Amino acid sequence: MAIFEIEKVEITGIACCVPENTIRTVDFPFSSEQDCRAFINGTGVEETRYAPEEVCASDLCYEAAERLIKDLNIDKEQIKIVVFVSQSPDYFLPATAIILQDRLGISKSCMAFDIGLGCSGYVYGLSVISGLLRNIPSGHALLLCGDKSTFSTHPKDKSTRPLFGDAGSATILTKREEASPMHFNLQSDGSGFESIIIRGGGTRNPYSLFSTEDREIEKDIWRNELSLEMDGVEVFNFSLREVKKNIFHLLDSLHVDKEEVDFFVMHQANKFLNETIRKKMGVGIDKVPYSIGRFGNTSSASIPLTLVTELAEKLQSEQLNLLLCGFGVGYSWGSVYLHTSNVKVYPLIELK
Amino acid sequence: MMDIDTFTRNLESEFEEVETGRLTPLTNYRDIPEFNSMYALIIIAFIDSEFDVLLTGEELRKTNTVKDLYELVRNKLQEKE
Repeated sequence: MAIFEIEKVEITGIACCVPENTIRTVDFPFSSEQDCRAFINGTGVEETRYAPEEVCASDLCYEAAERLIKDLNIDKEQIKIVVFVSQSPDYFLPATAIILQDRLGISKSCMAFDIGLGCSGYVYGLSVISGLLRNIPSGHALLLCGDKSTFSTHPKDKSTRPLFGDAGSATILTKREEASPMHFNLQSDGSGFESIIIRGGGTRNPYSLFSTEDREIEKDIWRNELSLEMDGVEVFNFSLREVKKNIFHLLDSLHVDKEEVDFFVMHQANKFLNETIRKKMGVGIDKVPYSIGRFGNTSSASIPLTLVTELAEKLQSEQLNLLLCGFGVGYSWGSVYLHTSNVKVYPLIELK
Repeated sequence: MMDIDTFTRNLESEFEEVETGRLTPLTNYRDIPEFNSMYALIIIAFIDSEFDVLLTGEELRKTNTVKDLYELVRNKLQEKE
Protein backbone atom coordinates (compact mmCIF):
# COMPACT_ATOMS: atom_id res chain seq x y z
CA MET A 1 0.00 0.00 0.00
CA ALA A 2 1.15 3.52 -0.70
CA ILE A 3 1.43 4.85 2.85
CA PHE A 4 3.49 8.01 3.31
CA GLU A 5 3.66 11.33 5.08
CA ILE A 6 4.06 14.88 3.85
CA GLU A 7 5.48 17.52 6.15
CA LYS A 8 5.55 21.30 6.21
CA VAL A 9 2.23 21.89 4.45
CA GLU A 10 -1.10 22.78 6.01
CA ILE A 11 -4.65 23.60 4.97
CA THR A 12 -5.25 27.34 5.39
CA GLY A 13 -8.73 27.81 3.97
CA ILE A 14 -11.64 26.06 2.27
CA ALA A 15 -14.58 27.35 0.23
CA CYS A 16 -17.33 25.63 -1.74
CA CYS A 17 -19.76 26.78 -4.39
CA VAL A 18 -22.97 25.07 -5.52
CA PRO A 19 -25.54 26.15 -8.11
CA GLU A 20 -28.57 27.87 -6.61
CA ASN A 21 -30.89 25.68 -8.68
CA THR A 22 -32.25 23.10 -6.22
CA ILE A 23 -33.92 19.90 -7.39
CA ARG A 24 -36.01 17.95 -4.89
CA THR A 25 -35.81 14.18 -5.12
CA VAL A 26 -39.61 13.90 -4.68
CA ASP A 27 -40.00 15.78 -7.97
CA PHE A 28 -38.06 13.17 -9.95
CA PRO A 29 -40.46 11.05 -12.06
CA PHE A 30 -40.10 7.76 -10.17
CA SER A 31 -42.57 5.09 -11.30
CA SER A 32 -44.24 5.07 -7.89
CA GLU A 33 -44.31 6.98 -4.64
CA GLN A 34 -42.98 3.87 -2.94
CA ASP A 35 -40.02 3.78 -5.31
CA CYS A 36 -39.29 7.39 -4.48
CA ARG A 37 -39.52 6.78 -0.74
CA ALA A 38 -37.20 3.77 -0.99
CA PHE A 39 -34.67 5.87 -2.93
CA ILE A 40 -34.69 8.68 -0.38
CA ASN A 41 -34.56 6.29 2.59
CA GLY A 42 -31.69 4.37 1.05
CA THR A 43 -29.49 7.04 -0.48
CA GLY A 44 -30.41 9.79 1.99
CA VAL A 45 -30.64 12.31 -0.86
CA GLU A 46 -33.50 14.77 -0.27
CA GLU A 47 -32.32 17.33 -2.80
CA THR A 48 -29.40 18.14 -5.11
CA ARG A 49 -28.08 21.13 -7.05
CA TYR A 50 -28.10 21.19 -10.86
CA ALA A 51 -25.86 23.66 -12.65
CA PRO A 52 -27.48 25.46 -15.60
CA GLU A 53 -26.22 24.64 -19.08
CA GLU A 54 -23.69 27.47 -19.26
CA VAL A 55 -22.08 26.73 -15.88
CA CYS A 56 -19.18 24.25 -15.74
CA ALA A 57 -17.47 22.63 -12.75
CA SER A 58 -14.61 25.08 -13.32
CA ASP A 59 -16.98 28.03 -12.85
CA LEU A 60 -18.08 26.70 -9.47
CA CYS A 61 -14.43 26.19 -8.46
CA TYR A 62 -13.54 29.66 -9.78
CA GLU A 63 -16.16 31.35 -7.58
CA ALA A 64 -14.99 29.42 -4.53
CA ALA A 65 -11.32 30.21 -5.24
CA GLU A 66 -11.81 33.90 -5.99
CA ARG A 67 -13.70 34.58 -2.75
CA LEU A 68 -11.41 32.45 -0.61
CA ILE A 69 -8.25 34.12 -1.94
CA LYS A 70 -9.75 37.55 -1.27
CA ASP A 71 -10.99 36.61 2.16
CA LEU A 72 -7.60 35.21 3.19
CA ASN A 73 -5.93 38.24 1.66
CA ILE A 74 -3.50 36.04 -0.22
CA ASP A 75 -1.05 37.58 -2.65
CA LYS A 76 -1.78 35.84 -5.95
CA GLU A 77 1.93 36.03 -6.80
CA GLN A 78 2.49 33.59 -3.95
CA ILE A 79 0.25 30.87 -5.43
CA LYS A 80 2.74 28.46 -6.99
CA ILE A 81 0.52 25.51 -7.89
CA VAL A 82 -3.02 25.16 -9.26
CA VAL A 83 -4.49 21.67 -9.53
CA PHE A 84 -7.99 21.02 -10.86
CA VAL A 85 -9.37 17.60 -9.93
CA SER A 86 -12.38 16.74 -12.05
CA GLN A 87 -14.02 14.32 -14.43
CA SER A 88 -15.95 17.10 -16.15
CA PRO A 89 -13.26 19.42 -17.55
CA ASP A 90 -14.11 22.38 -19.79
CA TYR A 91 -12.43 20.85 -22.85
CA PHE A 92 -10.62 17.72 -23.97
CA LEU A 93 -7.66 20.06 -24.14
CA PRO A 94 -6.12 22.22 -22.81
CA ALA A 95 -6.23 21.32 -19.12
CA THR A 96 -8.79 23.39 -17.21
CA ALA A 97 -6.34 24.27 -14.40
CA ILE A 98 -4.32 26.35 -16.86
CA ILE A 99 -7.38 28.33 -17.93
CA LEU A 100 -8.21 28.90 -14.27
CA GLN A 101 -4.67 30.15 -13.52
CA ASP A 102 -5.18 32.99 -15.98
CA ARG A 103 -8.81 33.64 -15.10
CA LEU A 104 -7.95 33.92 -11.41
CA GLY A 105 -5.11 36.31 -12.18
CA ILE A 106 -2.49 33.98 -10.76
CA SER A 107 1.05 34.64 -11.93
CA LYS A 108 2.67 32.78 -14.84
CA SER A 109 5.36 31.42 -12.52
CA CYS A 110 2.86 28.84 -11.34
CA MET A 111 2.43 25.21 -12.34
CA ALA A 112 -1.07 24.16 -13.31
CA PHE A 113 -2.48 20.81 -14.36
CA ASP A 114 -5.55 18.57 -14.06
CA ILE A 115 -6.09 15.27 -12.32
CA GLY A 116 -8.87 13.04 -13.68
CA LEU A 117 -10.31 11.49 -10.55
CA GLY A 118 -13.76 11.50 -8.97
CA CYS A 119 -14.79 10.23 -5.55
CA SER A 120 -11.19 9.75 -4.34
CA GLY A 121 -10.11 13.05 -5.91
CA TYR A 122 -9.93 15.31 -2.87
CA VAL A 123 -7.59 13.00 -0.96
CA TYR A 124 -5.46 12.32 -4.05
CA GLY A 125 -5.41 16.02 -4.88
CA LEU A 126 -4.25 16.90 -1.36
CA SER A 127 -1.42 14.40 -1.60
CA VAL A 128 -0.19 15.55 -5.02
CA ILE A 129 -0.38 19.26 -4.32
CA SER A 130 1.14 18.96 -0.84
CA GLY A 131 3.96 16.77 -2.13
CA LEU A 132 4.85 19.47 -4.66
CA LEU A 133 4.38 22.42 -2.30
CA ARG A 134 6.59 20.75 0.30
CA ASN A 135 9.56 21.17 -2.04
CA ILE A 136 8.93 24.83 -2.77
CA PRO A 137 10.64 27.30 -0.38
CA SER A 138 7.47 29.26 0.45
CA GLY A 139 4.04 30.12 -0.82
CA HIS A 140 0.61 28.65 -1.38
CA ALA A 141 -1.10 26.06 -3.53
CA LEU A 142 -4.67 26.04 -4.80
CA LEU A 143 -6.55 22.76 -4.97
CA LEU A 144 -9.78 22.91 -6.97
CA CYS A 145 -12.04 19.85 -6.84
CA GLY A 146 -15.44 19.64 -8.43
CA ASP A 147 -17.71 18.06 -10.96
CA LYS A 148 -20.75 18.82 -13.04
CA SER A 149 -22.04 15.27 -12.75
CA THR A 150 -25.47 16.25 -14.06
CA PHE A 151 -23.78 16.78 -17.43
CA SER A 152 -23.47 13.00 -17.72
CA THR A 153 -26.31 11.49 -15.71
CA HIS A 154 -29.16 10.56 -18.06
CA PRO A 155 -32.35 12.51 -17.25
CA LYS A 156 -34.30 9.25 -17.32
CA ASP A 157 -31.93 7.17 -15.18
CA LYS A 158 -33.58 6.79 -11.77
CA SER A 159 -30.43 5.25 -10.29
CA THR A 160 -27.99 8.10 -11.02
CA ARG A 161 -29.99 11.21 -11.93
CA PRO A 162 -31.41 11.95 -8.46
CA LEU A 163 -28.22 10.76 -6.71
CA PHE A 164 -25.54 13.09 -8.08
CA GLY A 165 -25.32 16.85 -7.64
CA ASP A 166 -22.99 19.56 -8.93
CA ALA A 167 -20.46 21.34 -6.72
CA GLY A 168 -17.05 22.97 -6.81
CA SER A 169 -14.50 23.59 -4.07
CA ALA A 170 -11.28 25.48 -3.44
CA THR A 171 -8.70 24.66 -0.80
CA ILE A 172 -5.68 26.81 -0.07
CA LEU A 173 -2.61 25.05 1.24
CA THR A 174 0.35 26.89 2.68
CA LYS A 175 4.01 25.98 3.17
CA ARG A 176 4.86 26.22 6.84
CA GLU A 177 7.93 24.65 8.46
CA GLU A 178 6.11 23.79 11.71
CA ALA A 179 3.01 22.26 10.09
CA SER A 180 1.98 18.83 11.43
CA PRO A 181 2.58 16.10 8.86
CA MET A 182 -0.30 14.68 6.82
CA HIS A 183 -0.39 10.89 6.51
CA PHE A 184 -1.79 9.26 3.41
CA ASN A 185 -2.83 5.78 2.34
CA LEU A 186 -3.70 5.73 -1.38
CA GLN A 187 -4.86 2.71 -3.37
CA SER A 188 -6.08 1.69 -6.83
CA ASP A 189 -7.76 -1.30 -8.44
CA GLY A 190 -8.40 -0.89 -12.15
CA SER A 191 -10.06 -4.30 -12.39
CA GLY A 192 -13.23 -2.45 -11.36
CA PHE A 193 -13.00 0.24 -14.04
CA GLU A 194 -16.35 -0.66 -15.57
CA SER A 195 -18.34 -0.29 -12.35
CA ILE A 196 -18.60 3.49 -12.78
CA ILE A 197 -17.92 4.58 -16.34
CA ILE A 198 -18.84 6.83 -19.24
CA ARG A 199 -18.09 4.51 -22.16
CA GLY A 200 -18.38 6.75 -25.18
CA GLY A 201 -16.90 9.97 -26.46
CA GLY A 202 -13.28 9.16 -25.66
CA THR A 203 -10.70 7.53 -27.90
CA ARG A 204 -11.70 3.95 -26.95
CA ASN A 205 -15.26 4.43 -28.20
CA PRO A 206 -15.20 7.65 -30.24
CA TYR A 207 -18.27 9.83 -30.57
CA SER A 208 -20.54 8.64 -33.37
CA LEU A 209 -24.13 8.97 -34.50
CA PHE A 210 -24.98 6.06 -32.18
CA SER A 211 -23.44 7.66 -29.09
CA THR A 212 -26.65 9.45 -28.16
CA GLU A 213 -29.01 6.56 -28.90
CA ASP A 214 -31.04 6.00 -25.70
CA ARG A 215 -31.69 2.49 -24.44
CA GLU A 216 -33.65 1.27 -21.42
CA ILE A 217 -31.13 -0.95 -19.58
CA GLU A 218 -33.53 -1.83 -16.77
CA LYS A 219 -36.95 -0.53 -15.82
CA ASP A 220 -36.67 3.26 -15.48
CA ILE A 221 -32.95 3.23 -16.21
CA TRP A 222 -32.28 4.87 -19.57
CA ARG A 223 -28.76 5.47 -20.80
CA ASN A 224 -26.75 6.17 -23.92
CA GLU A 225 -23.01 5.82 -24.56
CA LEU A 226 -22.30 9.27 -23.17
CA SER A 227 -24.22 8.68 -19.94
CA LEU A 228 -22.70 7.87 -16.59
CA GLU A 229 -23.14 4.15 -15.93
CA MET A 230 -23.00 2.80 -12.41
CA ASP A 231 -23.22 -0.75 -11.12
CA GLY A 232 -24.42 0.01 -7.61
CA VAL A 233 -24.03 -3.53 -6.28
CA GLU A 234 -20.41 -3.83 -7.42
CA VAL A 235 -19.54 -0.41 -6.00
CA PHE A 236 -21.18 -1.39 -2.72
CA ASN A 237 -19.21 -4.63 -2.60
CA PHE A 238 -15.95 -2.80 -3.35
CA SER A 239 -16.59 -0.17 -0.68
CA LEU A 240 -17.39 -2.69 2.05
CA ARG A 241 -14.31 -4.68 1.08
CA GLU A 242 -11.77 -1.87 0.96
CA VAL A 243 -12.71 1.34 2.79
CA LYS A 244 -12.49 0.23 6.41
CA LYS A 245 -9.33 -1.77 5.66
CA ASN A 246 -7.66 1.28 4.14
CA ILE A 247 -8.55 3.58 7.03
CA PHE A 248 -7.66 1.15 9.79
CA HIS A 249 -4.38 0.23 8.09
CA LEU A 250 -3.42 3.90 8.04
CA LEU A 251 -4.44 4.52 11.67
CA ASP A 252 -2.72 1.31 12.83
CA SER A 253 0.50 2.24 11.06
CA LEU A 254 0.44 5.56 12.94
CA HIS A 255 -0.56 3.93 16.26
CA VAL A 256 -3.58 6.21 16.34
CA ASP A 257 -6.70 4.88 18.03
CA LYS A 258 -9.99 5.64 16.23
CA GLU A 259 -11.12 7.42 19.41
CA GLU A 260 -8.40 10.04 18.85
CA VAL A 261 -9.97 11.02 15.53
CA ASP A 262 -12.37 13.92 16.01
CA PHE A 263 -14.20 13.44 12.70
CA PHE A 264 -14.24 10.89 9.91
CA VAL A 265 -15.18 12.95 6.86
CA MET A 266 -16.12 10.48 4.16
CA HIS A 267 -16.91 10.84 0.49
CA GLN A 268 -20.71 11.15 0.34
CA ALA A 269 -21.50 8.12 -1.83
CA ASN A 270 -24.91 7.01 -0.60
CA LYS A 271 -26.20 7.19 2.96
CA PHE A 272 -26.91 3.49 3.33
CA LEU A 273 -23.43 2.61 2.05
CA ASN A 274 -21.73 5.19 4.25
CA GLU A 275 -23.71 4.11 7.31
CA THR A 276 -22.85 0.46 6.68
CA ILE A 277 -19.15 1.39 6.58
CA ARG A 278 -19.50 3.55 9.71
CA LYS A 279 -21.10 0.70 11.67
CA LYS A 280 -18.47 -1.72 10.37
CA MET A 281 -15.78 0.62 11.69
CA GLY A 282 -17.53 0.95 15.06
CA VAL A 283 -17.51 4.75 14.93
CA GLY A 284 -20.27 6.86 16.52
CA ILE A 285 -22.63 8.83 14.29
CA ASP A 286 -21.59 12.10 15.97
CA LYS A 287 -18.13 11.67 14.44
CA VAL A 288 -19.30 11.14 10.86
CA PRO A 289 -20.90 14.25 9.32
CA TYR A 290 -23.15 14.11 6.25
CA SER A 291 -23.94 16.61 3.52
CA ILE A 292 -25.52 14.09 1.13
CA GLY A 293 -29.09 14.88 2.24
CA ARG A 294 -28.97 18.42 0.86
CA PHE A 295 -26.47 18.07 -1.99
CA GLY A 296 -26.40 14.41 -3.07
CA ASN A 297 -23.19 12.72 -4.16
CA THR A 298 -20.95 15.56 -5.30
CA SER A 299 -17.96 13.52 -6.49
CA SER A 300 -14.57 15.04 -5.58
CA ALA A 301 -16.25 18.05 -3.93
CA SER A 302 -18.10 15.91 -1.38
CA ILE A 303 -15.40 16.02 1.33
CA PRO A 304 -14.73 19.79 1.22
CA LEU A 305 -18.49 20.42 0.91
CA THR A 306 -19.09 18.37 4.06
CA LEU A 307 -16.31 20.28 5.84
CA VAL A 308 -17.81 23.64 4.82
CA THR A 309 -21.47 22.84 5.54
CA GLU A 310 -21.11 20.63 8.61
CA LEU A 311 -17.86 21.51 10.40
CA ALA A 312 -17.18 25.18 9.63
CA GLU A 313 -17.38 26.40 13.22
CA LYS A 314 -15.13 23.71 14.65
CA LEU A 315 -12.59 24.02 11.84
CA GLN A 316 -12.30 27.75 12.45
CA SER A 317 -12.10 27.76 16.23
CA GLU A 318 -10.54 24.43 17.22
CA GLN A 319 -7.64 22.15 16.47
CA LEU A 320 -8.92 18.93 14.98
CA ASN A 321 -7.65 15.47 14.11
CA LEU A 322 -9.41 14.58 10.88
CA LEU A 323 -9.58 11.43 8.85
CA LEU A 324 -10.71 12.18 5.29
CA CYS A 325 -11.54 9.27 3.01
CA GLY A 326 -12.54 9.19 -0.65
CA PHE A 327 -13.51 6.04 -2.54
CA GLY A 328 -15.16 5.05 -5.80
CA VAL A 329 -14.73 5.44 -9.54
CA GLY A 330 -11.59 3.67 -10.79
CA TYR A 331 -11.63 1.95 -8.41
CA SER A 332 -9.53 4.54 -6.68
CA TRP A 333 -9.56 5.18 -2.95
CA GLY A 334 -7.52 6.68 -0.20
CA SER A 335 -7.49 8.32 3.18
CA VAL A 336 -5.51 11.03 4.88
CA TYR A 337 -5.03 11.64 8.59
CA LEU A 338 -4.26 15.26 9.33
CA HIS A 339 -4.27 17.86 12.04
CA THR A 340 -6.02 21.17 11.35
CA SER A 341 -5.70 24.40 13.24
CA ASN A 342 -7.93 27.45 12.73
CA VAL A 343 -8.79 26.81 9.11
CA LYS A 344 -10.60 29.70 7.39
CA VAL A 345 -13.94 28.39 6.12
CA TYR A 346 -15.81 30.63 3.71
CA PRO A 347 -19.61 30.30 4.02
CA LEU A 348 -21.23 28.21 1.28
CA ILE A 349 -21.52 30.15 -1.98
CA GLU A 350 -24.63 29.69 -4.14
CA LEU A 351 -24.22 30.61 -7.80
CA LYS A 352 -27.19 31.93 -9.77
CA MET B 1 -24.14 -20.90 11.65
CA MET B 2 -27.69 -19.97 12.66
CA ASP B 3 -30.54 -22.15 11.34
CA ILE B 4 -32.45 -21.16 8.23
CA ASP B 5 -35.52 -19.92 10.11
CA THR B 6 -33.47 -17.52 12.21
CA PHE B 7 -31.65 -16.40 9.06
CA THR B 8 -34.99 -15.73 7.36
CA ARG B 9 -36.39 -13.77 10.33
CA ASN B 10 -33.22 -11.71 10.74
CA LEU B 11 -33.09 -10.90 7.04
CA GLU B 12 -36.77 -9.97 7.09
CA SER B 13 -36.18 -7.50 9.91
CA GLU B 14 -33.67 -5.69 7.68
CA PHE B 15 -36.40 -5.05 5.09
CA GLU B 16 -38.23 -2.18 6.74
CA GLU B 17 -41.22 -2.16 4.42
CA VAL B 18 -41.85 -5.92 4.62
CA GLU B 19 -44.37 -7.10 7.25
CA THR B 20 -43.27 -9.74 9.77
CA GLY B 21 -43.94 -13.30 8.64
CA ARG B 22 -44.02 -12.49 4.91
CA LEU B 23 -40.62 -14.01 4.21
CA THR B 24 -40.12 -17.79 4.25
CA PRO B 25 -37.07 -19.79 3.18
CA LEU B 26 -38.76 -20.54 -0.14
CA THR B 27 -39.80 -16.96 -0.86
CA ASN B 28 -38.30 -15.59 -4.05
CA TYR B 29 -37.13 -12.34 -2.54
CA ARG B 30 -37.18 -10.64 -5.94
CA ASP B 31 -40.96 -11.18 -6.05
CA ILE B 32 -41.61 -9.14 -2.90
CA PRO B 33 -43.77 -6.23 -4.15
CA GLU B 34 -41.61 -3.72 -2.27
CA PHE B 35 -38.40 -5.12 -3.82
CA ASN B 36 -36.15 -2.45 -5.26
CA SER B 37 -32.48 -2.00 -6.05
CA MET B 38 -31.72 -1.05 -2.43
CA TYR B 39 -32.64 -4.59 -1.36
CA ALA B 40 -29.54 -6.01 -3.00
CA LEU B 41 -27.42 -3.64 -0.91
CA ILE B 42 -29.38 -4.48 2.24
CA ILE B 43 -28.79 -8.20 1.66
CA ILE B 44 -25.06 -7.71 1.06
CA ALA B 45 -24.70 -5.50 4.16
CA PHE B 46 -26.69 -7.95 6.33
CA ILE B 47 -24.62 -10.97 5.27
CA ASP B 48 -21.37 -9.02 5.67
CA SER B 49 -22.20 -7.89 9.20
CA GLU B 50 -23.68 -11.20 10.39
CA PHE B 51 -21.21 -13.63 8.82
CA ASP B 52 -18.26 -11.55 7.63
CA VAL B 53 -18.98 -12.87 4.13
CA LEU B 54 -18.96 -10.35 1.29
CA LEU B 55 -21.12 -11.33 -1.71
CA THR B 56 -20.30 -10.08 -5.18
CA GLY B 57 -22.95 -8.84 -7.57
CA GLU B 58 -22.53 -11.97 -9.65
CA GLU B 59 -23.03 -14.30 -6.69
CA LEU B 60 -26.13 -12.40 -5.66
CA ARG B 61 -27.57 -12.48 -9.20
CA LYS B 62 -27.55 -16.29 -9.10
CA THR B 63 -29.83 -16.42 -6.05
CA ASN B 64 -33.59 -16.13 -6.01
CA THR B 65 -34.93 -17.54 -2.77
CA VAL B 66 -33.93 -16.91 0.82
CA LYS B 67 -32.78 -20.55 0.90
CA ASP B 68 -30.42 -19.88 -2.04
CA LEU B 69 -28.88 -17.05 -0.03
CA TYR B 70 -28.59 -19.18 3.10
CA GLU B 71 -26.85 -21.97 1.22
CA LEU B 72 -24.53 -19.57 -0.56
CA VAL B 73 -23.43 -18.14 2.78
CA ARG B 74 -23.02 -21.61 4.28
CA ASN B 75 -20.85 -22.72 1.36
CA LYS B 76 -18.73 -19.59 1.56
CA LEU B 77 -18.25 -20.07 5.30
CA GLN B 78 -17.15 -23.68 4.70
CA GLU B 79 -14.67 -22.53 2.04
CA LYS B 80 -13.20 -20.15 4.60
CA GLU B 81 -12.49 -22.92 7.13
